Amino acid sequence: MKLMNMRRAYGDTLVALGGSNPGVVALEADLGRSTMSMFFGEKYPERYFQLGIAEANMMSVAAGLALTGHTAFVSTFAVFATGRAYDQLRSSVVIPRLNVKVCGSSAGLSDFGDGKTHQSVDDIALMRVLPGMTVFSPADAVEAAHMTRAMADIPGPCYLRLNRNDLPVLTREDEPFTPGKVRLMRDGHDVVVYATGYMVYLALEAAKLLEAQGLSLKVVNVHTIKPLDGEGIRAHARGMKGALTVEEASVIGGLGSAVCEVLMSGPADSRVRVTRLGMQDVFGTSAADYHELLAAYDLTADHIAAQALRVMDA
Amino acid sequence: MNTHDKDLRDLRLMAARLRRNILLMVPPGKVGHLGGSSSVADITAALYFHHMKVFPDPRDPRRDRCVFSKGHAVLAQYAALGELGYFDKAEFARVKTLKGVLQGHPDMDYTPGIEAVTGSLGQGLSICLGMALGLRLDGSPARVYCVLGDGELAEGQVWEAVMAAGAFGVDNLCAIIDQNGLQATDSCEAILPNPDQATKWAAFGWHTLEIDGHDLHQVVEALETARATRGRPTVIVANTVKGKGFPFAEGRVAFHNAALNEEQYQQALAAVEQMMQEAAQ
Repeated sequence: MKLMNMRRAYGDTLVALGGSNPGVVALEADLGRSTMSMFFGEKYPERYFQLGIAEANMMSVAAGLALTGHTAFVSTFAVFATGRAYDQLRSSVVIPRLNVKVCGSSAGLSDFGDGKTHQSVDDIALMRVLPGMTVFSPADAVEAAHMTRAMADIPGPCYLRLNRNDLPVLTREDEPFTPGKVRLMRDGHDVVVYATGYMVYLALEAAKLLEAQGLSLKVVNVHTIKPLDGEGIRAHARGMKGALTVEEASVIGGLGSAVCEVLMSGPADSRVRVTRLGMQDVFGTSAADYHELLAAYDLTADHIAAQALRVMDA
Repeated sequence: MNTHDKDLRDLRLMAARLRRNILLMVPPGKVGHLGGSSSVADITAALYFHHMKVFPDPRDPRRDRCVFSKGHAVLAQYAALGELGYFDKAEFARVKTLKGVLQGHPDMDYTPGIEAVTGSLGQGLSICLGMALGLRLDGSPARVYCVLGDGELAEGQVWEAVMAAGAFGVDNLCAIIDQNGLQATDSCEAILPNPDQATKWAAFGWHTLEIDGHDLHQVVEALETARATRGRPTVIVANTVKGKGFPFAEGRVAFHNAALNEEQYQQALAAVEQMMQEAAQ
């Protein structure tokens, strides 16, 4: 399977946007090599603002650039973008609904070596609770590119959650990408999995494992966490024996919470039992390898498959 | 009397009118940030009614921008925006109510002439730096003014912005520190001593000026000097008195955010009347 990097897709798309839209500016806090915003800086140095290791200032500076009519892309690690600069994002950017696009890279557990301080388990919950915020979580690099382009057109603040690692490509460039609509990745009739980010791939792998055991798993890619496609999520739950949610983030306030909220507020036929897989009220830790770390928190195809079988047994 | 003297006389009158407008926003029994709004009233008058380019349309792209990073002192800014006709002065009486356009802290969605959302202290200078960079990128001659409180300078983000603005050499940016020496609960000195602002900002590459923030001649001159400065931003350290113009409140922490009683309110109105008479002479 072809591997691609979401950060690279983001960086390349940002350069393309810079060419087509002279209003696009980019801000960086000394991580441009990692977030890959540096490509934009090389091509458009006058529109690239290196603000040093000072994320709070960067976020409010982005607000000021947006207030003078620019579309500001802010890049840094997800933990710093959403945590360290939370109040700046909330007050300077989101309250006035400014055109600031926040790219949180090395999200989730994807920065496997750096440990707790660098692993964002809370970013989805933090961004989701901000009124009017758009929250994207791509399943692969192709979606990351689509989202980067989409953010330039969506009025107001957006958050894009990017994985650090080279990951399988699951979607096609020529497939239409619709922000705010879930994407069915594999149909099935027993159990539905709502997954986001790299977890979509693991869910698809789980579906293959289960196929051999006679269980039909439906895999739904929730690439837009907010606005959440409540209709789509409820529709995919109908007739299912249960649902799983899988995310590389805290299930508290994350995708798991979001899916439960829309299912429970919908009609009875979509109110299926939900098992939430993800970070269970814990921070991460350092590991030598990404998959080793995911496995430490039960984020594997095998575990997803086992949980689906438990749903069938219940 | 030469023209300049006449300008100063008009400005003194305007500063008194701004203080009267502030009083309209804090009638007896209604809590409001009287102290920090009145300490910055003369500077506000000089900015909006002498120095800055303002237009009948508050969104005119050629306008100079002014952001109160010390958002709680927005009563002074509302006082000026009302005088500019950006909203009905009847709004002064509806400040901080559901039906009004004047929020408790600056909100551009509600109030014509407000340029950003501030109130969470420490963010305004960063926002202004972004504006200055954006305007410079577009080749606009418009300038950006940021009003900070001295208590606010305890926020670390301010120093991130001071460092960055120096590095970017934005000469279309001017910061003004309303250095009244008091914050919400005590003097700045008693809480976290933070002396020698001019020295500190200069070390980060800023052009620095220190003035009496109630001497309109000095305020006007400093703003002109800032405008003429090339290659670096300017900070004006303005020494002021919290509660200036209202004798019972001057230099008193208690009037940071408080309600006046009827007697104090009448004293305040009388003080404004006297200020207007003196200014007219």
